[in-house]
Amino acid sequence: MNRIAATFERLKEQNRKALIPYITAGDSSPELTVPLMHAMVEAGANIIELGVPFSDPMADGPVIQKAAERALMHNVSLRDVFEMVTSFRKQDNSTPVVLMGYLNPIEAMGYAEFARAAAQAGVDGVLTVDMPPEEGGECMPLLREQGIDPIFLIAPTSTEARIASLTASARGFIYYVALKGVTGAGNLDAGNVAKKLIDIRKVTDLPLGVGFGIKDAETAVAVGKEADAVIIGSAIVKKIEESAGNPALITANIVAMLSSIRGALDALTQNN
Amino acid sequence: MSDSVKSWAELPDLPDSKGHFGVYGGLFVAETLMAALDELRLAYEKYQQDPEFISELDKDLQDYVGRPSPLYHAERWSEQLGGAQIYLKREDLNHTGAHKINNTVGQALLAKRMGKTRIIAETGAGQHGVATATVAARLGLECVVYMGAVDVVRQAQNVYRMKLLGATVIPVESGTKTLKDALNEAMRDWVTNIDDTFYIIGTVAGPHPYPAMVRDFQTVIGREAREQCIAKTGRLPDALVACVGGGSNAMGLFYPFMRDDGVEMYGVEAAGDGLDTGNHAAPLCTGVPGVLHGNRTYLMEDENGQISHTHSISAGLDYPGVGPEHAWLKDVGRANYVAIDDDEAMAAFYALTQIEGILPALESSHALAYGAKLAKTLPKDKNIIVNLSGRGDKDIHTVATRDGIEF
Repeated sequence: MNRIAATFERLKEQNRKALIPYITAGDSSPELTVPLMHAMVEAGANIIELGVPFSDPMADGPVIQKAAERALMHNVSLRDVFEMVTSFRKQDNSTPVVLMGYLNPIEAMGYAEFARAAAQAGVDGVLTVDMPPEEGGECMPLLREQGIDPIFLIAPTSTEARIASLTASARGFIYYVALKGVTGAGNLDAGNVAKKLIDIRKVTDLPLGVGFGIKDAETAVAVGKEADAVIIGSAIVKKIEESAGNPALITANIVAMLSSIRGALDALTQNN
Repeated sequence: MSDSVKSWAELPDLPDSKGHFGVYGGLFVAETLMAALDELRLAYEKYQQDPEFISELDKDLQDYVGRPSPLYHAERWSEQLGGAQIYLKREDLNHTGAHKINNTVGQALLAKRMGKTRIIAETGAGQHGVATATVAARLGLECVVYMGAVDVVRQAQNVYRMKLLGATVIPVESGTKTLKDALNEAMRDWVTNIDDTFYIIGTVAGPHPYPAMVRDFQTVIGREAREQCIAKTGRLPDALVACVGGGSNAMGLFYPFMRDDGVEMYGVEAAGDGLDTGNHAAPLCTGVPGVLHGNRTYLMEDENGQISHTHSISAGLDYPGVGPEHAWLKDVGRANYVAIDDDEAMAAFYALTQIEGILPALESSHALAYGAKLAKTLPKDKNIIVNLSGRGDKDIHTVATRDGIEF
């Protein structure tokens, strides 16, 4: 069993929700990333979503766009991201790491080389925003061969037919996009999310994560009622932006935020 | 023809049902957009065969755009060059001054039929933005145009035109602040306002069905040129020349001639300061295949797959990618892709202005420069059609600044 499946199984036994924070690798400096990953795990994160910086992040809002720009100022490449994951794995061999990014850096490296290097570094899943299953015929089998889960987005606009095809291709977990918009948008409607999750659960046994627009304990709890995992990106990245020159403060602020969300999610499941 | 035995008559009709031109094109977008693109594809497939739609489009092209645009024999310039005859397809005479309106008229009619109330667009030089704002005004639709902050400055006149037409112009401050970033921002808007918004992409790039749909709306250029050339010269042209940024005016001219053996095609990219300087916008001449803005195509990128900064004196060519059908035409050898630098384009700008009394857009000046180069290598009985895709009024500020003149 890979780390993602093992993590969800353990959490299910404990009746707990998975907390998945996102940071962009190399933001605000390459030195910050690995220590921050460890700190987030200590604060209650169960899976780390690590953004691969890209020059043209079409699906991201301004907060994560700027994070990619900060990382690219340090020329952080896919190979650098693999080195960070390798370094993280020296101390932590159980927390899953999911790479989130865009297809072009992967194309530039080559699918086979990417899959091999990602597996060697200890990457567990890959979410490529602009690679739907229809265009993933070559890449997905190479990832699966290396034991890496291809993770896909399902959106509020996804039709029943697409949900069927996406869940058939996906491994690890489903990433449900909570709103029509880019990352960090503010128009979350937890009621609609819950309805859609119930529909998705009818066609898949994969755990369901929810992201986009979750910014604090309150919104996390609102979607956490129906979801198996809560994904938080822009709200965390904003903490990096706010104190970009001060790694200690960044870490403290992110730890405080995650601890509060962790507490709220645990309270939610213990009350049930 | 790259191979003297091969005939282009058998060239396949692309894209396939998934939007692929060989390995290029496709549908590389975030999931939220998939349903909207599917809706657009179905609507387009339906209306492109709908006699009422076609007749409304034809009427608009005739009465509103001012088509057909003339095919003009640039006799004096041809004579001075001393080689092949140059014919100019006068897209600069269209309403709003460029070929862009052929496409916006078509997409706007589609938007109306799909019940969309809000139009968005990206623009580089501002010509597509103006053409979009124009059709939105005419149909009474809300219009938002995204434009790189750098382009907002160098195309201030077009920004003002769009505002006069009632559009909201949003300067894009992210990335390199040019066309590619405007496209990113328009996609972000679309994903957020997907229910009521129609995204009018201005070139033959983006996710399926845009490359095919924009091409189809632009093929009126090539269909007319084909008839006009036969009427004027008694035969097909020997060569076609068009500038290529995203490549919509080139696809529009090329497409109706694709299966005609003996018609050479030249797509002209922007060599900027020179191909060897890295300061250019010539992905077909120097780039590698990759994925950007919803399709696989040739891109200018670094070794890590990050999209490169581009440079061209013409904002409309300042784009690191290119339409996927051009990528395919390059690989199969049906079209040749060449590059013209800023100085060569400027020289052609002055030549056409002073010899023919036509002020060409800086984008089109790239095609003119290559057309002139090519003409010199051919005998006088050969005919070249150069697509004069737009007029140069929008560029006089750039030209004046280069000449050291301030208004």
